[in-house]
Amino acid sequence: MTLLLTVGKAFLCGGAICLVGQILIDRTALTPGKVLVLFVVCGVALGAVGLYGPFARFAGEGAAVPITGFGYALVKGTKEAIDARGWRGILEGPFSAASVGTLTAVLCGLAVSVFARSKDK
Amino acid sequence: MAISKEEYAVLVKQTAPPSPLGTDCLKAFLCGGGICALAQLGLALLQTAGLDEDTGKTVVMIALIVLTAVLTALGLFDKLAKHAGAGTAVPITGFANAVVSPALEAKREGFVLGTAAQMFSIAGPVLVFGCGSAALYGLVYFLLKKAGA
Repeated sequence: MTLLLTVGKAFLCGGAICLVGQILIDRTALTPGKVLVLFVVCGVALGAVGLYGPFARFAGEGAAVPITGFGYALVKGTKEAIDARGWRGILEGPFSAASVGTLTAVLCGLAVSVFARSKDK
Repeated sequence: MAISKEEYAVLVKQTAPPSPLGTDCLKAFLCGGGICALAQLGLALLQTAGLDEDTGKTVVMIALIVLTAVLTALGLFDKLAKHAGAGTAVPITGFANAVVSPALEAKREGFVLGTAAQMFSIAGPVLVFGCGSAALYGLVYFLLKKAGA
């Protein structure tokens, strides 16, 4: 029962964030790439003012999987790095927090470009 | 027939069918929500298997990225994304696809300046603005902390 509730919350919250993205793509001149950039910065901003944390605790993966959650992870990692290592954390935190997602994607990109062939459109 | 840019825009607006915002939004909501629900289920499964929450979340993220890469390589991701729109673009799957897809497409331009460079054509701006704003937040947080201490 609790599992159903957490999955349901993730579904609704994650879906809602994507819905906002779809409206932006359909009704403004923003391309999907620019929406990604905008959403990351929104995640950083909402994390910085302390709003994304409570939302993430409520929505679980519904807040973590959308790219806004990536922005929040950057804020969280930066804060932890500063708490642990002082001013160095300002420069060490952001890229450390971004590392898992980015490097996994990069390694996948390398592997795919070596092993797969581009589909002709 | 020579027409100005503005006239062309008006013509396009008249002839192009209005994008079905309702359908687009519903599909984006269902696909995006579905991916997040799937992630939540996977996390629950990993936690049952004994992983702590943070490790579980990391594994789920890696799994989503690898899955996206496989679907992209098979040419299936584009087919899904055509329907899902923001539903697959906004979750981490969109970020992963933005890295893997150009890596594949730019192969003919060479491995170094094609694949490796193009991988960051969208991920680059995301990292520049994401990490840039996070560093700005860090600076403010650090100064406030100093002032408070």
